[in-house]
Amino acid sequence: MTPAIQVNQLVKQYSELTALNQVSFEVKQGEFFGLLGPNGAGKTTLISILAGLARATSGTARVMGFDVQKDYPQARRALGVVPQELSFDPFFTVHETLKWQSGYFGIKNNQAWIDELLEHLGLTDKADVNMRALSGGMKRRVLVAQALVHRPKVIILDEPTAGVDVELRQSLWAFISRLHREGHTIILTTHYLEEAEQLCERIAILKKGEVVALDRTSTLLQQLAGVRLVVKTHNELNLDALPAEIQAMNTQNANKRHNFTLNNASQVEQVLASVRMAGGELEDVLVSQADLEDVFVKLVSPTSLVGGK
Amino acid sequence: MYATWTLFLKEIRRFWKVGVQTVAAPVMTAFLYLLIFGHALSGRAPSLGGVEYTAFLVPGLIMMSVLQNAFANASSSLIQSKVMGNMVFLLLTPLRPIQIFIAYVGAAIVRGVVVGLGVLLCTVWFVDMNGISHVVWMLVFLLLGSALLGVMGLLAGIWAEKFDQLATFQNFIIMPATFLSGVFYSIHSLPNFWQKATHLNPFFYMIDGFRYGFFGVSDVNPWLSLGMVGVALVLVSALTLVLLARGYKMRY
Repeated sequence: MTPAIQVNQLVKQYSELTALNQVSFEVKQGEFFGLLGPNGAGKTTLISILAGLARATSGTARVMGFDVQKDYPQARRALGVVPQELSFDPFFTVHETLKWQSGYFGIKNNQAWIDELLEHLGLTDKADVNMRALSGGMKRRVLVAQALVHRPKVIILDEPTAGVDVELRQSLWAFISRLHREGHTIILTTHYLEEAEQLCERIAILKKGEVVALDRTSTLLQQLAGVRLVVKTHNELNLDALPAEIQAMNTQNANKRHNFTLNNASQVEQVLASVRMAGGELEDVLVSQADLEDVFVKLVSPTSLVGGK
Repeated sequence: MYATWTLFLKEIRRFWKVGVQTVAAPVMTAFLYLLIFGHALSGRAPSLGGVEYTAFLVPGLIMMSVLQNAFANASSSLIQSKVMGNMVFLLLTPLRPIQIFIAYVGAAIVRGVVVGLGVLLCTVWFVDMNGISHVVWMLVFLLLGSALLGVMGLLAGIWAEKFDQLATFQNFIIMPATFLSGVFYSIHSLPNFWQKATHLNPFFYMIDGFRYGFFGVSDVNPWLSLGMVGVALVLVSALTLVLLARGYKMRY
């Protein structure tokens, strides 16, 4: 089956800056795929190339088998993008905005689908309200509706829940999950890693324009997350007195609470012994399964040796 | 085809929603020009082929309003979309450069013609026009002139990244070229050097050709004007289409 997204050795150079460096991956049809990375990692550049908003310096990108440059009309018909920026046309109402967007894709008589979108995104009572008069959350809902108005097979959501309330976030995910169940391919970028962990079947992590991890979410968690150990001490712990390999596991320290990310549970005793040896008086110990945030920190932290050469 | 039609309609709806600013205001301005210049210069300014000065002013003012508003429609729409960030919704669609070109220029022509009709309706009662000599010539120059300025507006909107860059284009190119094109005078009243200089201004041919449609008299042969305007339209359109196809200052 043709991949929903196919990116091959993609390079994007902005004068001195390499925004994307030989990025290659595929997203299967019907997948819920996460694209994660810190600010400036190249996520939005990659999305812009797929959407035709930017041009790759070299390499190819395809949407549902259509080259985003050579076959751009077909590629853009197959793709719906929810942009990160809250932008709108201040001259028009919500309904007019969706009607125009629908028309740009050559779709006549799209009223039934527009009504359905308005209903599912809680916009029915705002249909005749000018875009200027909407709150930020409501504008975000219109952006989602605009991206879906031509019923694209592949939907890219670039931080769709940034700055929106819990209610919208839940209703948005319910709607997106429904679209996913109906066979749409979803590509998500988000800073809310718990969202990505819950929703995405596979995740790619970008760092400085390179893919540093690409696997099933469960595999990433299994292989990279390991175990999180939180040690609280009565006294100030001299971290320099810890052996180098234990220091490497230490991810965060605040108020005498010291976080360690371990490869497996068998290392717990080794860390506790090292803390005691360094003069730490244990007050409390918490052991838990690490989550995607730990994987993310491990891969994209400045000290990580993975990628971003 | 429907996609082009949608963008064309949207651009018309956009200016019509602020019709006081985009249609009524330029009609009012042209009417004031007629009152003030007609009163101040009537009987003093040399006329063209026996046409009374106030009547002479009317086609010039109509065409000036048509040209300025055709330019403003395309350029302001594009720069607003760029600055507000909503240009992205157009760029994400399968619309081809030629479709974007036709829709924007088509809407610019509509606004130019609507404003031109408004100026005609407001001014025609105050002057003795003695009918229109060549309706076809008048319509040809009306459409070609508004199309050329619509394309120039599109070009300026593509090039500009900020409102002040667009204002520079408008105030230092469009406005002087329009005012120095014979709207308020016949170029035969100018010194020889300035007569020759005016022949380098494409705006002169649009206004002179349009005036020929009204009175059957003009400073230069209307076929020459038609040729000059046609060549300018083809050249500017070709440049604009190339820039649109390359995504110049729009797709990075």
